[in-house]
Amino acid sequence: MGSRVEILNDGGFRSDGRRQYELRDISIDFSLQGTADGSVTIHHGLTQVLVSVFGPREAKSRAQTIHDRANINVEVNIAAFSTGERRKRSRGDKRILELASTIKSTFEPAIQTHLYPRSQIDVFIQILQLDGGLLPACINGTTLALAAAGIPLFDFVCAITGGVHSASPMLDLTTLEENDIPHITVAMMPKTERVTLVTMETRLHVDRFEEIFGLAVDAGKVIHKEMKLAVQARTSSLVSSLGVGSKPEGDRGMAMELDDS
Amino acid sequence: MLSFVSFSHPTDHGSTHHHLPDTEDLLDVADFESSRSKLTCPGEIITSSQAFMRGHGTYVDKEDVIASVAGTVERVNKLVTVRAIRTRYNPEVGDLVVGRITEVQPRRWKVDANSRQDAILMLSSVNLPGGVQRRKLESDELQMRNFFEEGDLLVAEVQAFFSDGAMSLHTRSLKYGKLRNGQLVTVPPILVRRLKSHFISLPCGVDLILGLNGYIWVSKQVGDSDQGEEGFDAEAVYSNQNDDVDNATRTAISRVSNIIRVLADHFIPLTDTLLLEAYEWVIEQEGETKDLLGDAGEALVAAVSSRG
Repeated sequence: MGSRVEILNDGGFRSDGRRQYELRDISIDFSLQGTADGSVTIHHGLTQVLVSVFGPREAKSRAQTIHDRANINVEVNIAAFSTGERRKRSRGDKRILELASTIKSTFEPAIQTHLYPRSQIDVFIQILQLDGGLLPACINGTTLALAAAGIPLFDFVCAITGGVHSASPMLDLTTLEENDIPHITVAMMPKTERVTLVTMETRLHVDRFEEIFGLAVDAGKVIHKEMKLAVQARTSSLVSSLGVGSKPEGDRGMAMELDDS
Repeated sequence: MLSFVSFSHPTDHGSTHHHLPDTEDLLDVADFESSRSKLTCPGEIITSSQAFMRGHGTYVDKEDVIASVAGTVERVNKLVTVRAIRTRYNPEVGDLVVGRITEVQPRRWKVDANSRQDAILMLSSVNLPGGVQRRKLESDELQMRNFFEEGDLLVAEVQAFFSDGAMSLHTRSLKYGKLRNGQLVTVPPILVRRLKSHFISLPCGVDLILGLNGYIWVSKQVGDSDQGEEGFDAEAVYSNQNDDVDNATRTAISRVSNIIRVLADHFIPLTDTLLLEAYEWVIEQEGETKDLLGDAGEALVAAVSSRG
Protein backbone atom coordinates (compact mmCIF):
# COMPACT_ATOMS: atom_id res chain seq x y z
CA MET A 1 0.00 0.00 0.00
CA GLY A 2 1.18 3.47 -0.80
CA SER A 3 0.27 5.07 2.47
CA ARG A 4 2.87 6.12 4.97
CA VAL A 5 0.63 5.28 7.88
CA GLU A 6 0.30 1.62 8.69
CA ILE A 7 -3.31 0.45 8.52
CA LEU A 8 -2.58 -2.38 10.92
CA ASN A 9 0.77 -2.54 12.69
CA ASP A 10 2.61 -5.62 13.86
CA GLY A 11 1.12 -5.34 17.33
CA GLY A 12 -2.36 -5.65 15.84
CA PHE A 13 -3.30 -2.00 16.37
CA ARG A 14 -4.82 0.36 13.83
CA SER A 15 -3.74 3.94 13.16
CA ASP A 16 -6.04 5.33 15.86
CA GLY A 17 -5.03 2.72 18.43
CA ARG A 18 -7.99 0.43 18.04
CA ARG A 19 -7.92 -3.33 17.62
CA GLN A 20 -9.21 -4.93 14.44
CA TYR A 21 -12.78 -5.51 15.62
CA GLU A 22 -13.06 -2.61 17.99
CA LEU A 23 -15.73 -0.03 17.31
CA ARG A 24 -15.40 3.67 17.95
CA ASP A 25 -17.06 5.43 20.84
CA ILE A 26 -20.76 6.07 20.19
CA SER A 27 -22.51 8.95 21.90
CA ILE A 28 -26.14 9.83 21.39
CA ASP A 29 -27.87 13.08 22.31
CA PHE A 30 -31.64 13.47 21.96
CA SER A 31 -31.88 17.23 22.58
CA LEU A 32 -34.63 18.64 20.46
CA GLN A 33 -33.73 20.89 17.53
CA GLY A 34 -36.26 23.63 16.86
CA THR A 35 -39.68 22.36 15.86
CA ALA A 36 -38.55 18.89 14.80
CA ASP A 37 -40.68 15.95 15.93
CA GLY A 38 -37.57 13.95 16.67
CA SER A 39 -33.91 14.81 16.47
CA VAL A 40 -30.65 13.29 17.49
CA THR A 41 -26.94 14.05 17.38
CA ILE A 42 -24.87 10.92 17.07
CA HIS A 43 -21.09 10.60 17.26
CA HIS A 44 -19.19 7.63 15.91
CA GLY A 45 -15.74 8.60 17.08
CA LEU A 46 -14.93 11.77 15.17
CA THR A 47 -17.87 11.45 12.82
CA GLN A 48 -20.72 13.62 13.98
CA VAL A 49 -24.16 13.69 12.39
CA LEU A 50 -27.29 15.64 13.29
CA VAL A 51 -30.60 14.18 12.14
CA SER A 52 -33.99 15.90 12.40
CA VAL A 53 -37.23 14.16 11.57
CA PHE A 54 -40.47 15.97 10.78
CA GLY A 55 -43.76 14.21 10.36
CA PRO A 56 -45.69 12.30 9.42
CA ARG A 57 -47.22 15.47 8.05
CA GLU A 58 -49.08 16.77 5.03
CA ALA A 59 -46.97 16.30 1.89
CA LYS A 60 -45.53 19.51 0.53
CA SER A 61 -46.61 18.89 -3.05
CA ARG A 62 -49.40 16.83 -4.47
CA ALA A 63 -46.97 15.01 -6.75
CA GLN A 64 -45.23 13.53 -3.71
CA THR A 65 -48.31 12.03 -2.07
CA ILE A 66 -48.75 8.30 -2.29
CA HIS A 67 -52.35 7.28 -1.75
CA ASP A 68 -51.74 4.18 0.39
CA ARG A 69 -48.59 4.96 2.36
CA ALA A 70 -46.33 7.74 3.57
CA ASN A 71 -43.63 9.19 1.39
CA ILE A 72 -40.15 9.34 2.91
CA ASN A 73 -38.12 12.37 1.96
CA VAL A 74 -34.42 12.38 2.86
CA GLU A 75 -32.18 15.40 2.48
CA VAL A 76 -28.49 15.30 3.29
CA ASN A 77 -26.21 18.25 3.77
CA ILE A 78 -22.48 17.89 4.27
CA ALA A 79 -21.12 20.96 6.01
CA ALA A 80 -18.20 22.56 4.19
CA PHE A 81 -16.06 22.39 7.35
CA SER A 82 -16.79 18.74 8.09
CA THR A 83 -13.98 17.16 6.11
CA GLY A 84 -10.22 17.57 6.31
CA GLU A 85 -10.21 19.58 3.15
CA ARG A 86 -12.68 22.45 3.17
CA ARG A 87 -15.08 22.02 0.31
CA LYS A 88 -18.45 23.54 -0.44
CA ARG A 89 -20.86 21.08 -2.00
CA SER A 90 -23.91 22.11 -3.95
CA ARG A 91 -27.32 20.68 -3.13
CA GLY A 92 -27.39 18.93 -6.46
CA ASP A 93 -24.13 17.04 -5.84
CA LYS A 94 -24.60 13.58 -7.35
CA ARG A 95 -22.84 11.79 -4.50
CA ILE A 96 -25.05 13.43 -1.90
CA LEU A 97 -28.20 12.64 -3.87
CA GLU A 98 -27.11 9.03 -4.12
CA LEU A 99 -26.45 8.92 -0.38
CA ALA A 100 -29.91 10.34 0.30
CA SER A 101 -31.63 7.81 -1.95
CA THR A 102 -29.63 4.96 -0.37
CA ILE A 103 -30.84 6.04 3.07
CA LYS A 104 -34.38 6.33 1.79
CA SER A 105 -34.38 2.82 0.36
CA THR A 106 -32.80 1.48 3.55
CA PHE A 107 -35.68 2.80 5.63
CA GLU A 108 -38.55 1.97 3.33
CA PRO A 109 -38.78 -1.62 4.61
CA ALA A 110 -38.22 -0.53 8.22
CA ILE A 111 -40.86 2.21 8.66
CA GLN A 112 -44.53 1.21 8.83
CA THR A 113 -45.44 3.70 6.13
CA HIS A 114 -48.79 2.04 5.40
CA LEU A 115 -50.17 3.54 8.62
CA TYR A 116 -49.87 7.05 7.23
CA PRO A 117 -51.42 7.26 3.76
CA ARG A 118 -50.90 10.54 1.89
CA SER A 119 -48.45 11.81 4.48
CA GLN A 120 -44.80 12.64 4.26
CA ILE A 121 -41.94 11.94 6.62
CA ASP A 122 -39.05 14.36 6.23
CA VAL A 123 -35.57 13.37 7.33
CA PHE A 124 -32.95 16.11 7.32
CA ILE A 125 -29.38 15.02 7.88
CA GLN A 126 -26.56 17.43 8.66
CA ILE A 127 -23.04 16.08 8.64
CA LEU A 128 -21.03 18.19 11.07
CA GLN A 129 -17.83 16.18 11.22
CA LEU A 130 -16.71 13.46 8.90
CA ASP A 131 -14.13 10.81 9.67
CA GLY A 132 -15.29 7.75 7.83
CA GLY A 133 -18.46 5.74 8.28
CA LEU A 134 -20.65 8.46 6.80
CA LEU A 135 -23.47 6.17 5.65
CA PRO A 136 -23.63 4.09 8.87
CA ALA A 137 -23.70 7.23 11.01
CA CYS A 138 -26.53 8.65 8.90
CA ILE A 139 -28.51 5.42 9.11
CA ASN A 140 -28.04 4.96 12.87
CA GLY A 141 -28.90 8.61 13.46
CA THR A 142 -32.03 8.38 11.32
CA THR A 143 -33.24 5.28 13.18
CA LEU A 144 -32.87 7.06 16.50
CA ALA A 145 -34.53 10.25 15.26
CA LEU A 146 -37.46 8.26 13.87
CA ALA A 147 -37.85 6.43 17.18
CA ALA A 148 -37.71 9.76 19.00
CA ALA A 149 -40.44 11.15 16.74
CA GLY A 150 -42.70 8.21 17.64
CA ILE A 151 -42.83 6.90 14.08
CA PRO A 152 -43.65 3.16 14.06
CA LEU A 153 -40.71 1.01 13.00
CA PHE A 154 -40.58 -2.71 12.48
CA ASP A 155 -37.19 -2.66 14.12
CA PHE A 156 -34.11 -0.58 14.66
CA VAL A 157 -31.81 -0.32 11.67
CA CYS A 158 -28.15 -0.60 12.69
CA ALA A 159 -25.37 0.01 10.21
CA ILE A 160 -21.62 -0.49 10.23
CA THR A 161 -18.72 -0.54 7.78
CA GLY A 162 -16.32 -3.45 7.52
CA GLY A 163 -13.17 -3.75 5.47
CA VAL A 164 -10.25 -6.04 4.91
CA HIS A 165 -6.56 -5.18 5.08
CA SER A 166 -4.56 -7.86 3.23
CA ALA A 167 -6.03 -10.84 5.09
CA SER A 168 -7.24 -9.15 8.28
CA PRO A 169 -10.82 -7.93 8.45
CA MET A 170 -11.62 -4.82 10.50
CA LEU A 171 -14.72 -2.88 11.52
CA ASP A 172 -15.89 0.75 11.72
CA LEU A 173 -13.34 2.34 9.40
CA THR A 174 -12.04 5.89 9.59
CA THR A 175 -11.53 8.07 6.51
CA LEU A 176 -7.89 7.04 6.38
CA GLU A 177 -8.78 3.37 6.32
CA GLU A 178 -11.69 3.84 3.92
CA ASN A 179 -9.35 5.47 1.41
CA ASP A 180 -6.94 2.59 1.56
CA ILE A 181 -8.74 -0.71 1.90
CA PRO A 182 -11.77 -2.35 0.28
CA HIS A 183 -14.88 -2.09 2.46
CA ILE A 184 -18.62 -2.72 2.59
CA THR A 185 -21.47 -1.08 4.50
CA VAL A 186 -24.13 -3.30 6.04
CA ALA A 187 -27.42 -2.15 7.56
CA MET A 188 -29.36 -4.77 9.47
CA MET A 189 -32.43 -5.11 11.66
CA PRO A 190 -31.16 -7.01 14.71
CA LYS A 191 -34.41 -8.33 16.20
CA THR A 192 -36.04 -9.47 13.00
CA GLU A 193 -32.64 -10.50 11.64
CA ARG A 194 -33.07 -8.94 8.25
CA VAL A 195 -30.54 -7.01 6.23
CA THR A 196 -31.83 -3.86 4.55
CA LEU A 197 -28.66 -2.63 2.91
CA VAL A 198 -25.36 -3.99 1.68
CA THR A 199 -23.29 -1.63 -0.41
CA MET A 200 -19.71 -1.29 -1.55
CA GLU A 201 -17.89 1.32 -3.54
CA THR A 202 -14.63 -0.57 -3.83
CA ARG A 203 -13.77 -3.97 -5.20
CA LEU A 204 -13.70 -6.69 -2.58
CA HIS A 205 -12.54 -10.23 -3.11
CA VAL A 206 -15.49 -12.57 -3.13
CA ASP A 207 -13.81 -14.97 -0.68
CA ARG A 208 -13.51 -12.18 1.90
CA PHE A 209 -17.08 -11.03 1.57
CA GLU A 210 -18.76 -13.64 3.71
CA GLU A 211 -16.37 -13.17 6.60
CA ILE A 212 -16.74 -9.38 6.67
CA PHE A 213 -20.47 -9.59 6.23
CA GLY A 214 -20.78 -11.92 9.22
CA LEU A 215 -18.61 -9.65 11.32
CA ALA A 216 -20.65 -6.59 10.35
CA VAL A 217 -23.89 -8.32 11.30
CA ASP A 218 -22.46 -9.23 14.70
CA ALA A 219 -21.22 -5.68 15.20
CA GLY A 220 -24.66 -4.39 14.27
CA LYS A 221 -26.06 -6.19 17.31
CA VAL A 222 -23.56 -4.41 19.54
CA ILE A 223 -24.59 -1.06 18.08
CA HIS A 224 -28.22 -2.02 18.56
CA LYS A 225 -27.60 -2.48 22.25
CA GLU A 226 -26.16 1.02 22.51
CA MET A 227 -29.01 2.56 20.58
CA LYS A 228 -31.62 0.72 22.60
CA LEU A 229 -30.12 1.87 25.87
CA ALA A 230 -30.15 5.46 24.67
CA VAL A 231 -33.79 5.25 23.57
CA GLN A 232 -34.83 3.56 26.81
CA ALA A 233 -33.06 6.17 28.90
CA ARG A 234 -34.84 8.95 27.06
CA THR A 235 -38.23 7.23 27.28
CA SER A 236 -37.94 6.61 30.99
CA SER A 237 -36.84 10.16 31.72
CA LEU A 238 -39.78 11.54 29.74
CA VAL A 239 -42.21 9.13 31.39
CA SER A 240 -41.00 10.07 34.84
CA SER A 241 -41.42 13.79 34.16
CA LEU A 242 -44.88 13.12 32.75
CA GLY A 243 -45.84 11.87 36.18
CA VAL A 244 -45.00 15.24 37.77
CA GLY A 245 -47.87 17.57 38.60
CA SER A 246 -50.67 15.11 37.91
CA LYS A 247 -51.88 11.69 38.94
CA PRO A 248 -52.49 9.96 35.63
CA GLU A 249 -51.43 6.59 36.99
CA GLY A 250 -54.36 6.35 39.39
CA ASP A 251 -57.15 5.28 37.10
CA ARG A 252 -54.95 3.09 34.96
CA GLY A 253 -53.55 1.32 38.00
CA MET A 254 -57.08 0.66 39.15
CA ALA A 255 -58.00 -0.91 35.84
CA MET A 256 -54.97 -3.16 36.04
CA GLU A 257 -55.78 -4.29 39.53
CA LEU A 258 -59.38 -5.07 38.66
CA ASP A 259 -58.07 -7.14 35.83
CA ASP A 260 -55.69 -9.13 37.87
CA SER A 261 -58.21 -10.08 40.52
CA MET B 1 -14.12 -16.10 20.12
CA LEU B 2 -14.15 -12.50 18.96
CA SER B 3 -15.26 -9.78 21.26
CA PHE B 4 -16.75 -6.43 20.33
CA VAL B 5 -16.40 -3.35 22.41
CA SER B 6 -17.95 -0.10 21.37
CA PHE B 7 -15.79 1.98 23.69
CA SER B 8 -12.23 2.99 23.27
CA HIS B 9 -10.96 0.67 25.99
CA PRO B 10 -10.60 -2.89 24.84
CA THR B 11 -10.00 -4.06 28.39
CA ASP B 12 -12.65 -5.26 30.78
CA HIS B 13 -13.20 -2.07 32.71
CA GLY B 14 -14.22 -0.31 29.50
CA SER B 15 -17.23 -2.47 29.04
CA THR B 16 -18.59 -2.11 32.56
CA HIS B 17 -19.87 1.34 31.62
CA HIS B 18 -23.44 0.39 30.98
CA HIS B 19 -23.43 -2.92 29.26
CA LEU B 20 -26.13 -5.06 30.71
CA PRO B 21 -25.89 -8.78 30.92
CA ASP B 22 -27.32 -10.54 27.92
CA THR B 23 -30.29 -11.89 29.79
CA GLU B 24 -32.38 -8.70 29.04
CA ASP B 25 -35.05 -8.40 26.39
CA LEU B 26 -37.94 -10.81 26.56
CA LEU B 27 -40.36 -9.44 29.07
CA ASP B 28 -41.76 -12.65 30.27
CA VAL B 29 -45.50 -12.71 30.47
CA ALA B 30 -45.79 -12.97 34.22
CA ASP B 31 -43.71 -9.84 34.59
CA PHE B 32 -45.85 -8.10 32.02
CA GLU B 33 -49.04 -8.82 33.95
CA SER B 34 -47.86 -7.27 37.16
CA SER B 35 -46.20 -4.16 35.84
CA ARG B 36 -47.87 -0.78 35.86
CA SER B 37 -46.03 1.03 33.11
CA LYS B 38 -43.56 -1.05 31.21
CA LEU B 39 -41.26 0.72 28.79
CA THR B 40 -40.43 -0.71 25.44
CA CYS B 41 -38.78 0.22 22.14
CA PRO B 42 -39.23 -0.71 18.48
CA GLY B 43 -38.59 -4.37 17.72
CA GLU B 44 -39.02 -5.56 21.31
CA ILE B 45 -41.22 -8.60 21.79
CA ILE B 46 -43.99 -7.75 24.24
CA THR B 47 -45.98 -10.94 24.52
CA SER B 48 -47.41 -13.83 22.54
CA SER B 49 -50.06 -13.11 19.94
CA GLN B 50 -52.08 -16.16 20.93
CA ALA B 51 -53.03 -14.84 24.35
CA PHE B 52 -53.31 -11.13 23.46
CA MET B 53 -54.67 -8.86 20.75
CA ARG B 54 -52.45 -6.28 19.17
CA GLY B 55 -53.36 -2.60 19.43
CA HIS B 56 -51.76 0.64 18.29
CA GLY B 57 -48.00 0.81 18.37
CA THR B 58 -47.56 -2.93 17.92
CA TYR B 59 -47.43 -5.46 15.13
CA VAL B 60 -47.57 -9.21 14.91
CA ASP B 61 -44.75 -11.29 13.50
CA LYS B 62 -45.24 -15.02 13.61
CA GLU B 63 -46.29 -15.82 17.20
CA ASP B 64 -45.28 -12.57 18.85
CA VAL B 65 -46.72 -9.15 19.50
CA ILE B 66 -43.89 -6.72 18.91
CA ALA B 67 -43.67 -3.03 19.77
CA SER B 68 -43.16 -0.60 16.91
CA VAL B 69 -42.70 2.62 18.90
CA ALA B 70 -40.80 3.62 22.02
CA GLY B 71 -43.16 4.22 24.90
CA THR B 72 -45.27 2.65 27.62
CA VAL B 73 -47.04 -0.68 27.27
CA GLU B 74 -50.71 -0.51 28.18
CA ARG B 75 -53.17 -3.32 28.48
CA VAL B 76 -56.94 -3.39 28.60
CA ASN B 77 -58.12 -6.95 29.09
CA LYS B 78 -56.68 -8.78 26.09
CA LEU B 79 -55.72 -5.70 24.10
CA VAL B 80 -52.09 -4.64 24.23
CA THR B 81 -51.08 -1.21 23.00
CA VAL B 82 -47.90 0.81 23.15
CA ARG B 83 -48.36 4.52 23.63
CA ALA B 84 -45.55 6.49 22.00
CA ILE B 85 -44.06 8.98 24.37
CA ARG B 86 -43.69 11.75 21.82
CA THR B 87 -45.64 11.71 18.63
CA ARG B 88 -47.98 13.72 16.45
CA TYR B 89 -51.57 14.29 17.48
CA ASN B 90 -53.95 11.34 17.04
CA PRO B 91 -57.40 12.83 16.56
CA GLU B 92 -60.60 11.49 18.09
CA VAL B 93 -64.13 12.63 17.36
CA GLY B 94 -65.20 15.37 19.74
CA ASP B 95 -61.69 16.62 20.47
CA LEU B 96 -61.13 20.33 20.69
CA VAL B 97 -58.28 21.48 18.45
CA VAL B 98 -56.60 24.74 17.57
CA GLY B 99 -55.42 24.96 14.00
CA ARG B 100 -54.09 27.22 11.31
CA ILE B 101 -55.54 27.56 7.81
CA THR B 102 -52.99 26.44 5.22
CA GLU B 103 -55.04 26.43 2.05
CA VAL B 104 -58.39 27.55 0.66
CA GLN B 105 -59.93 25.02 -1.70
CA PRO B 106 -63.34 24.73 -3.37
CA ARG B 107 -65.90 24.55 -0.56
CA ARG B 108 -63.29 23.64 2.04
CA TRP B 109 -60.31 24.87 3.99
CA LYS B 110 -57.20 22.87 4.77
CA VAL B 111 -56.15 23.28 8.41
CA ASP B 112 -52.80 22.44 9.95
CA ALA B 113 -53.63 20.79 13.28
CA ASN B 114 -50.32 19.08 14.13
CA SER B 115 -51.66 15.79 12.84
CA ARG B 116 -50.35 13.36 10.24
CA GLN B 117 -52.38 15.08 7.56
CA ASP B 118 -53.97 18.51 7.28
CA ALA B 119 -57.49 18.59 8.67
CA ILE B 120 -60.40 19.67 6.50
CA LEU B 121 -62.96 22.29 7.42
CA MET B 122 -65.93 22.18 5.05
CA LEU B 123 -67.75 25.36 4.18
CA SER B 124 -70.93 23.58 5.29
CA SER B 125 -69.57 23.10 8.80
CA VAL B 126 -68.93 26.73 9.68
CA ASN B 127 -71.39 29.29 11.01
CA LEU B 128 -72.31 32.18 8.77
CA PRO B 129 -71.69 35.63 10.17
CA GLY B 130 -74.80 36.82 11.94
CA GLY B 131 -75.76 33.27 12.83
CA VAL B 132 -78.24 32.80 10.00
CA GLN B 133 -79.11 29.18 9.34
CA ARG B 134 -79.30 28.32 5.66
CA ARG B 135 -77.63 26.24 2.97
CA LYS B 136 -74.35 27.63 1.75
CA LEU B 137 -74.76 29.22 -1.67
CA GLU B 138 -72.38 29.87 -4.48
CA SER B 139 -72.05 33.43 -3.22
CA ASP B 140 -70.73 32.09 0.11
CA GLU B 141 -68.30 29.95 -1.80
CA LEU B 142 -66.95 33.01 -3.57
CA GLN B 143 -66.34 34.90 -0.36
CA MET B 144 -64.73 32.08 1.63
CA ARG B 145 -61.64 34.22 2.20
CA ASN B 146 -63.83 36.69 4.08
CA PHE B 147 -64.38 33.95 6.67
CA PHE B 148 -60.96 32.34 6.89
CA GLU B 149 -57.79 33.19 5.04
CA GLU B 150 -54.47 31.38 4.81
CA GLY B 151 -52.65 31.80 8.11
CA ASP B 152 -55.74 32.44 10.24
CA LEU B 153 -55.92 30.61 13.54
CA LEU B 154 -59.12 28.96 14.62
CA VAL B 155 -60.53 26.74 17.31
CA ALA B 156 -62.72 23.86 16.19
CA GLU B 157 -63.99 20.41 17.11
CA VAL B 158 -63.22 17.15 15.35
CA GLN B 159 -66.42 16.09 13.64
CA ALA B 160 -65.59 12.96 11.68
CA PHE B 161 -62.90 11.18 9.72
CA PHE B 162 -62.47 10.65 6.01
CA SER B 163 -61.66 7.24 4.66
CA ASP B 164 -57.94 8.03 4.43
CA GLY B 165 -57.84 9.05 8.11
CA ALA B 166 -57.89 12.82 7.61
CA MET B 167 -60.10 14.59 10.12
CA SER B 168 -63.02 16.82 9.37
CA LEU B 169 -63.56 19.80 11.67
CA HIS B 170 -66.56 21.95 12.50
CA THR B 171 -66.98 25.36 14.08
CA ARG B 172 -70.76 25.21 14.48
CA SER B 173 -70.84 26.65 17.95
CA LEU B 174 -70.33 30.13 19.30
CA LYS B 175 -67.39 28.81 21.32
CA TYR B 176 -65.51 28.01 18.13
CA GLY B 177 -64.22 30.20 15.33
CA LYS B 178 -61.42 32.57 14.54
CA LEU B 179 -58.88 33.44 17.22
CA ARG B 180 -57.75 36.97 17.99
CA ASN B 181 -56.10 39.02 20.75
CA GLY B 182 -53.47 36.54 21.79
CA GLN B 183 -50.57 34.27 21.10
CA LEU B 184 -50.06 30.63 20.11
CA VAL B 185 -47.83 28.26 22.08
CA THR B 186 -47.01 24.80 20.75
CA VAL B 187 -46.36 21.87 23.09
CA PRO B 188 -46.17 18.09 22.57
CA PRO B 189 -49.79 16.82 22.32
CA ILE B 190 -49.30 14.22 25.07
CA LEU B 191 -48.94 17.07 27.59
CA VAL B 192 -52.53 18.21 27.05
CA ARG B 193 -54.81 15.83 28.90
CA ARG B 194 -58.54 15.59 28.31
CA LEU B 195 -60.22 17.94 30.76
CA LYS B 196 -63.83 18.82 31.59
CA SER B 197 -63.37 22.09 29.76
CA HIS B 198 -60.56 23.14 27.50
CA PHE B 199 -61.54 26.80 27.75
CA ILE B 200 -59.83 28.10 30.85
CA SER B 201 -60.16 31.58 32.29
CA LEU B 202 -57.34 32.53 34.59
CA PRO B 203 -58.08 35.22 37.18
CA CYS B 204 -55.25 37.35 35.77
CA GLY B 205 -57.33 38.42 32.78
CA VAL B 206 -56.09 35.71 30.46
CA ASP B 207 -58.12 33.12 28.56
CA LEU B 208 -56.56 29.81 27.59
CA ILE B 209 -57.67 27.36 24.96
CA LEU B 210 -55.88 24.05 25.40
CA GLY B 211 -56.12 22.34 22.02
CA LEU B 212 -55.77 18.58 22.35
CA ASN B 213 -53.38 18.73 19.40
CA GLY B 214 -50.84 20.58 21.51
CA TYR B 215 -51.63 24.03 20.14
CA ILE B 216 -52.47 26.37 22.99
CA TRP B 217 -54.06 29.76 22.49
CA VAL B 218 -53.32 32.35 25.16
CA SER B 219 -55.43 35.46 24.79
CA LYS B 220 -57.04 38.44 26.41
CA GLN B 221 -60.10 37.59 28.47
CA VAL B 222 -63.40 38.08 26.68
CA GLY B 223 -66.01 39.73 28.86
CA ASP B 224 -69.09 37.59 29.53
CA SER B 225 -71.28 40.26 27.99
CA ASP B 226 -69.76 39.66 24.54
CA GLN B 227 -70.49 35.98 24.58
CA GLY B 228 -74.23 35.63 25.03
CA GLU B 229 -76.53 34.93 22.10
CA GLU B 230 -77.69 38.53 21.94
CA GLY B 231 -74.20 39.91 21.99
CA PHE B 232 -73.33 37.79 18.96
CA ASP B 233 -71.82 40.36 16.67
CA ALA B 234 -71.92 39.53 12.98
CA GLU B 235 -68.78 41.44 12.19
CA ALA B 236 -66.69 40.31 15.14
CA VAL B 237 -66.78 36.56 14.50
CA TYR B 238 -64.65 36.65 11.39
CA SER B 239 -62.89 39.94 12.13
CA ASN B 240 -59.16 40.18 11.54
CA GLN B 241 -58.79 43.19 13.79
CA ASN B 242 -57.41 42.78 17.30
CA ASP B 243 -59.07 44.64 20.14
CA ASP B 244 -57.05 47.04 22.24
CA VAL B 245 -54.97 45.03 24.67
CA ASP B 246 -53.53 47.02 27.55
CA ASN B 247 -50.01 46.56 28.85
CA ALA B 248 -51.00 44.66 32.00
CA THR B 249 -52.85 42.08 29.89
CA ARG B 250 -49.96 41.82 27.44
CA THR B 251 -47.61 41.10 30.33
CA ALA B 252 -49.99 38.53 31.74
CA ILE B 253 -50.32 36.82 28.35
CA SER B 254 -46.59 36.56 27.84
CA ARG B 255 -46.10 35.40 31.41
CA VAL B 256 -48.63 32.59 30.95
CA SER B 257 -47.08 31.68 27.58
CA ASN B 258 -43.65 31.48 29.13
CA ILE B 259 -44.94 29.33 31.98
CA ILE B 260 -46.40 26.93 29.42
CA ARG B 261 -43.14 26.86 27.44
CA VAL B 262 -41.09 26.13 30.54
CA LEU B 263 -43.41 23.36 31.72
CA ALA B 264 -43.47 21.86 28.22
CA ASP B 265 -39.68 21.95 28.03
CA HIS B 266 -39.63 19.85 31.18
CA PHE B 267 -42.35 17.58 29.80
CA ILE B 268 -44.85 18.32 32.55
CA PRO B 269 -48.53 17.76 31.64
CA LEU B 270 -50.64 20.91 31.70
CA THR B 271 -53.81 21.16 33.74
CA ASP B 272 -55.82 24.17 34.82
CA THR B 273 -54.88 23.82 38.49
CA LEU B 274 -51.20 23.40 37.67
CA LEU B 275 -51.17 26.50 35.47
CA LEU B 276 -52.97 28.49 38.14
CA GLU B 277 -50.50 27.44 40.81
CA ALA B 278 -47.59 28.16 38.54
CA TYR B 279 -48.95 31.62 37.80
CA GLU B 280 -49.40 32.40 41.50
CA TRP B 281 -45.87 31.23 42.18
CA VAL B 282 -44.53 33.47 39.43
CA ILE B 283 -46.43 36.48 40.77
CA GLU B 284 -45.02 35.82 44.27
CA GLN B 285 -41.49 35.79 42.92
CA GLU B 286 -42.00 39.20 41.27
CA GLY B 287 -39.46 38.49 38.54
CA GLU B 288 -39.35 39.73 34.97
CA THR B 289 -41.44 37.75 32.52
CA LYS B 290 -38.44 36.89 30.38
CA ASP B 291 -36.50 35.52 33.37
CA LEU B 292 -38.85 32.54 33.32
CA LEU B 293 -37.05 31.20 30.29
CA GLY B 294 -33.80 31.15 32.28
CA ASP B 295 -33.08 30.24 35.89
CA ALA B 296 -36.47 31.29 37.21
CA GLY B 297 -37.97 28.61 35.00
CA GLU B 298 -35.90 25.92 36.69
CA ALA B 299 -37.06 27.21 40.06
CA LEU B 300 -40.65 27.18 38.84
CA VAL B 301 -40.38 23.57 37.75
CA ALA B 302 -38.80 22.63 41.07
CA ALA B 303 -41.59 24.38 42.95
CA VAL B 304 -44.30 22.72 40.89
CA SER B 305 -42.75 19.25 41.10
CA SER B 306 -42.23 19.41 44.84
CA ARG B 307 -45.94 20.14 45.24
CA GLY B 308 -47.00 17.12 43.19
